[in-house]
Amino acid sequence: MTFRMEDKGKIESIKFSPDLRVLAVQRSQTTVEFINFIEGMDVMEYSQACKGKSTRILGFNWTGLNEIVFVTDHGLELYQVLPEKRTLKPIKTHNTVVNWLSACLIATYKTYKYGQLYVVVLRHQPRVGGQPNAEVCLYQLHRESPARKTDVLRLEMSGRFAVNVVDSLLVVHHQTSQTSMVFDIRLAKDSDGYVNYHHPVCPPLSIKSFTFQLPIAPTHLPNETTETQCDLYSSNWVVFQPNIVIDAKWGCLWTVQLNLQPMINMFPDKLKLMDFLLQRSDSKMTVLTVCLLALSPGPQQCGLRTISQLYDKLNAIYKDHLDSKSQGAEAVAPSTSQVVVDQSDMYTYVLSRFVDSIDASGNYKFVVAVLIDYIRSLNQNRIHVQHYLYELLINTLVQNGCFYQLHQMMQYHVLSDSKHLACLLLSLESVYPPAHQLALDMLKRLSTANEEIIEVLLSTHQLFSALRFVKTVGQVDQISARKFLEVALSTENNQLFYTVFKFFEQRNLRLRGRPDFPKGEHCESYVKHFESLYGSEALGQPLQT
Amino acid sequence: MSSKSAIQLLKFFVYNPTLSKKEGEEEKNLMYYYPQDVPLDNKIKDVGLCEALVKFSRTFAADAPCESLHTQKTRQLFLEAEENYWLILVISIPTAQKVKDSQVYIEYHEDDVHDTVYMAVLKQAYQMQAVMARSTRWWQRPAWIHLKIRPESILSQRYLQTCVDRCDVLDVFNGMQFLPLDKNGYLRTQCFLNQTEASFPQVKYTAFLYNESLVWSDCSRVDIRILYKYLTTSLSLLHGSELQAGTCSPRNQARTSPTILGKFITGPPNLADTTNLGKVPRIFVNVDGKKSEECHLVVYRALSASVCLMVEGSYQLNFDFYRLLDQFLGPQLTVLASDIGEQYGKRLSAPATLATSTSYFQHMNLAEKSSLHARQRPHRGPRATRGRQANCRCETDLAMSGDDCELVVKGPGDCWVVARKKSDQRELYYVNQKCSNLIEIAEEVKKLCASHFNNIFFLD
Repeated sequence: MTFRMEDKGKIESIKFSPDLRVLAVQRSQTTVEFINFIEGMDVMEYSQACKGKSTRILGFNWTGLNEIVFVTDHGLELYQVLPEKRTLKPIKTHNTVVNWLSACLIATYKTYKYGQLYVVVLRHQPRVGGQPNAEVCLYQLHRESPARKTDVLRLEMSGRFAVNVVDSLLVVHHQTSQTSMVFDIRLAKDSDGYVNYHHPVCPPLSIKSFTFQLPIAPTHLPNETTETQCDLYSSNWVVFQPNIVIDAKWGCLWTVQLNLQPMINMFPDKLKLMDFLLQRSDSKMTVLTVCLLALSPGPQQCGLRTISQLYDKLNAIYKDHLDSKSQGAEAVAPSTSQVVVDQSDMYTYVLSRFVDSIDASGNYKFVVAVLIDYIRSLNQNRIHVQHYLYELLINTLVQNGCFYQLHQMMQYHVLSDSKHLACLLLSLESVYPPAHQLALDMLKRLSTANEEIIEVLLSTHQLFSALRFVKTVGQVDQISARKFLEVALSTENNQLFYTVFKFFEQRNLRLRGRPDFPKGEHCESYVKHFESLYGSEALGQPLQT
Repeated sequence: MSSKSAIQLLKFFVYNPTLSKKEGEEEKNLMYYYPQDVPLDNKIKDVGLCEALVKFSRTFAADAPCESLHTQKTRQLFLEAEENYWLILVISIPTAQKVKDSQVYIEYHEDDVHDTVYMAVLKQAYQMQAVMARSTRWWQRPAWIHLKIRPESILSQRYLQTCVDRCDVLDVFNGMQFLPLDKNGYLRTQCFLNQTEASFPQVKYTAFLYNESLVWSDCSRVDIRILYKYLTTSLSLLHGSELQAGTCSPRNQARTSPTILGKFITGPPNLADTTNLGKVPRIFVNVDGKKSEECHLVVYRALSASVCLMVEGSYQLNFDFYRLLDQFLGPQLTVLASDIGEQYGKRLSAPATLATSTSYFQHMNLAEKSSLHARQRPHRGPRATRGRQANCRCETDLAMSGDDCELVVKGPGDCWVVARKKSDQRELYYVNQKCSNLIEIAEEVKKLCASHFNNIFFLD
């Protein structure tokens, strides 16, 4: 974006709103001007002066798309910018109690995710017992009540600090040690009832070193560049909100980003790690990696209890997500939504991979326990379990010959009924005969699978059962006589054939008043067979009317 | 009709005719004999008679050995449990005194004793011993001597007498009662057991019982069947008082259970006393499989829920193990048991009336459900007994018939029995003493199936 501005005096500070639609320019100590950039640059400027005659603006910060806070020597002033009306609306004024001499306000921190606005203040406390104890204080701004100091980040270092906000995390850079500390104010903390004290979520780390291409000289062509190793934490760095670092010497602008993958190994406690990851954006794959690590044999493997708690965490969010989805998509504000790991993610990236990785000699009990626990967690959160999870469980049980255990699960209706499962059970009949009956039970309960039941019964030559079943469900008039007669013929049991034949003759008699089969049913060959067995006089006679 | 005498256990003995062929050493063939105070001569004569009968009947059917001997006053059952090892059970035929032409005489009710039932009792006795003894070939091992010295063990007269007294068609099924638990409760239970097995790798198998109903087990079907019998008969005989306390008021206990109430049923009686490790039975699992495994059977109970842990036989049970187990199981099991108790309490249906009773058995998973002797009433009326009689007879008939079939029998005293079987897997017995004709009883059965068996494929 390039633009030209009229020279109206020396510019103290200039900042775009996060969506680049409004530019705020400070030229004096008492007012800030605004220029809209909705469709190109707007010529009209509008301005906002701070409250009080003697107040001076020390700085200002965008805290939201249309929210700006002025930091003055008297306190804070929060405004809502209305670009369409070209005016600002005061939201809140707060006379801060902060002694600006001992502290310096470094940032306003709006956690988009956590939906709270904080003022971040760095304090260098007097040393106590030689311990460096600089700290970052967070003052939460409320619309109604006065701002309150709610959180304190314990830095336990001294020197020059800078703060970035990355993905709702506070990243505190420390120049002397060339490290950065990451704080998550949502994570477990010590509290004295009023203020929460936080420690870094992991040991201080350095920003990953990188190189960048730099033109050899400004006059040269841009493709002639030299590779330059970046001087991390240099004194030329200027840090801007939320996650911008500018190197004044090189004239470069960088954004600070969080690389989640290496952080997996920095949390000894998997549950804490999960809490941390679930609050991050784009952390889904990392979350799934952690789940897989927790299951797979190795140093990262967790006990069943921990795994069970991990599942519960994931599924509680999953349930909330489903609930809000069913209430209407509008209800889900994208800023508050967490990472949702649903069943298909869990199946594709964790459970099926885990089951595949465990070979036949592995500890199948653990595999079964892991699968059951996931199903338990889903059930406890009243989430409908998809059939592929059941299939995975059934296959694992079958491969290890645990038919009786499978049967017990069926008995308690742990595996929800579905045609998929019924078919799977039918296929197991050769290795576990009762599976046939279980499948029939399941089809019966579904009450929409009468066709399938008849097919199954016919395939096993249970003709009587099939006919009785047809009678109970009242479908006698719809079934195909040919299908039944064909099966009856294939049994080579003449008596059975006779009975089935007579059954359909009676049906014909009832439906049409004549015992013979209509042409459309293609039963001629069976009639012939019947005649050859019992003679034509055995065929039914039409009703005498 | 005057009251009948009960069926009595008269004799029970075990012999192997191949142990000693020499004359004068016949007593060596006899391994166990009850009652013990019978003169040796009589014992040897009994064995001799049995041998003779078995040999004699072989001439007619070489493959199918003699199974029972009916006499006017006794019934004798033969079971060749293992090759050449015979178990013989002799019971009395119930009698009633009758007066005819002012003469008192004794009438023998031979029909009241059913071979299938007592054969089942005999088989169970053997299987249980096989599981509980030190080896599957228990007759040849020191275990047998051990048993000989201590007749109060499982094959004791007391056990058999109880069986003989109580047995009916349910003993033929030898099934297990499963707890009607909802999906979540069941999954919680199973996850709890999975955690237990994962935390204590010494534990090979587990089973979970609530009162006398099974919830979950990962033993094989054969093992759990025998184990279930053992747990519900012998262990509850030993610890009858606690079981009673557990069964009578599950809800009251649930309310007052913020504390941990777990204790070992087999294992240290008191965790504060480190010197007493208690008695832990050793059992064999996978008896039917190729390799049988020896296990310690540790049973832990909180409220009405019992966890049975089959600990690897080679593991030396020590006090720390028990203490860790207690710490792990106690709090979780207490919560779980009280939750199940609340659910179970709600579900307790109205007690079955004497006029009707149903029994359902599924061969596939050995599940049985019966209102035949719910709550194990000590005093059963003669009418119920009659129903049981008829049940037994139907069972025999059904066993002989092929696939799907139904029997409707009208017994003495206007009692109807309907027995139904579905392709060798499910059996239902229904006794009704109210209906007057066949149409009515058919209607009743239809209603019953609609209300109770709607969710399974159980054809008319």
